[in-house]
Amino acid sequence: MLHIVACIKQVPDTKIIKMNPKTNTMDRASAPAILNPYDAHAVEEAVRLRARYGGVVSVLTMGPPPAVKAIKKCIEIGADEGYMITDRAFAGADTLATSYALTKALEKIATIRPIDLIICGKMTIDGDTGQVGPGIARRLDIPPLTSVNKVVEINQDEGYAIVHRKLEDGYEVIRSTLPCLLSVEKEINEVPYSPLPNMLRAARYQPHIWSVNDLPDIDRPQLGLKGSPTIVSSVWAPAKPQGGTMLEGTAQDQVQQLLNVLLERRELLEVGRS
Amino acid sequence: MNFDDYRGVWVFLEEKDGVIAPVSLELLGAGRKLADKRQTELSGVLIGEGVTALAQSAFEYGADKVFVYDDPIYRHYRTEAYMRAVLACVEKHKPEILLYGATSTGKDLASAVATDLPTGLTADTTQLDVEEDTGLLLASRPAFGGNIMATILCKKYRPQMATVRPKVMKALPREPGRTGTIIAESIPLREEDVRTKVLEIVRATTRRVRIDEADIIVAGGKGLGGPAGFQLIHRLAETIGAAVGASRDVVEAGWIGHHHQVGQTGVTVTPKIYFAIGISGAIQHIVGMQNSGLIIAINKDSAAPIFQSCHYGIVGDALEIVPMLIQAFETALGRKEEANAGKV
Repeated sequence: MLHIVACIKQVPDTKIIKMNPKTNTMDRASAPAILNPYDAHAVEEAVRLRARYGGVVSVLTMGPPPAVKAIKKCIEIGADEGYMITDRAFAGADTLATSYALTKALEKIATIRPIDLIICGKMTIDGDTGQVGPGIARRLDIPPLTSVNKVVEINQDEGYAIVHRKLEDGYEVIRSTLPCLLSVEKEINEVPYSPLPNMLRAARYQPHIWSVNDLPDIDRPQLGLKGSPTIVSSVWAPAKPQGGTMLEGTAQDQVQQLLNVLLERRELLEVGRS
Repeated sequence: MNFDDYRGVWVFLEEKDGVIAPVSLELLGAGRKLADKRQTELSGVLIGEGVTALAQSAFEYGADKVFVYDDPIYRHYRTEAYMRAVLACVEKHKPEILLYGATSTGKDLASAVATDLPTGLTADTTQLDVEEDTGLLLASRPAFGGNIMATILCKKYRPQMATVRPKVMKALPREPGRTGTIIAESIPLREEDVRTKVLEIVRATTRRVRIDEADIIVAGGKGLGGPAGFQLIHRLAETIGAAVGASRDVVEAGWIGHHHQVGQTGVTVTPKIYFAIGISGAIQHIVGMQNSGLIIAINKDSAAPIFQSCHYGIVGDALEIVPMLIQAFETALGRKEEANAGKV
């Protein structure tokens, strides 16, 4: 019985988020909270592996109480169990402090049921770093496998996994001992619409919710803002570029002007055609 | 932690196909400026099998010193093996700043090293500076999907680490014959200590024009209305021999594969000519293409932010303008070919 834990996060939808032009700050209320899209692929992959090998899929998140919604979304995708750690002590965590808190929660989950495989999305769309997954792997001292776009085999009896790891110009086939941590690319699978029974189960589902006091042997200075070596010192709207020459006239005139500009750079077109 | 013990700027030198990766040379250029400002040395860390000779090119691109871990165990990049080498090197020589390319290898390695040290790590940096007196690294990057820029500091730990986007920094002009010091390093590491094995490396077989290498890119966005409209992008690209790029929403809508995505979560590109067609110009797209030589924007909305970032702009419907452009190019280029034919 494989026990796979997917680490997930609720994030503001950065495609919709609006900026306050006066203060150059984000209007977080303007953006709906969603399950980080890369994490949906992580959960889906866990569910697919369960279909192949049997086992249990758990999800884990750290966040404020409303993040329960993201867990429910994972139950809809097909996860069996959801765990959430929520506490003011976790607030303001950067990737190092986040990986520490999640690791402590994973250690507790492992006392309930030993963990064979951890899956994370490639990165979150609000933090954009992709550092939490590898951080968890290092803290648990298991191999981190990033940029995974295919799981070829999980062999629990012999204790190994074989995966494809995406490279800039292809991929590599890697064999790793189990347990290990995978962070997955979005092309690893497609997340289908959730079947109705999953949605009904998600609606009723209550995740396990732990505060900092529920995590044994925790070193509080490593949590939250205090445990974060990086700080954001300033935030600004990107410099507005100068803006270029706007072409004028009829569409045909504009196309002709553009063509003239480009033909002056004739050599560039030749480069393009060679 | 005594900060005075930590001196020097380091760059992780990523080796690929027997040469130092371009992003590492770019980082040597950026690192040289930081080191000069701090009046300190610029060093590289080079790990691999049979890589010692590559140190020379690091010197020619600005490094003073290169620490080399040259051993068959490093034949393929593997997180655990490379991480142990970098950790040992940092512990022994204590750099103040350590930079990595934001490639699949660089990001993987930096995340692991940061956790073990531990220290702070800023991902996907696009601007770097250092405070001359304090040595504090000012690492800036687009955040929240590129909606804002943030400067991130690591005040309490050393080294200060960042991964840096390829093609954002500039390599120095190569200075042939410039030399430096090679320091051979090694750690006791056996194959059985590394829990992953690379069974096979598969290179992409179809060698399409990769957008990060293309001289001309025609990129399309949601303004094209649908996959049918997007076909115009392919036709224009074909006409002028360009690669095809796309904005994130188009990729997410499934009009084209993710290899074509330009921007913060896609590929950073620096072609000589970049056409942004039906692309509104979200900052996450802008950061991916702003270093292009000549940027041409076509968009219906005259208020679209893309017009702030272009050299020439046309306000108009792409579905009307692009066919005209294709025809104009066909005519112009056709004439050129005739002219050439006439000369033969």
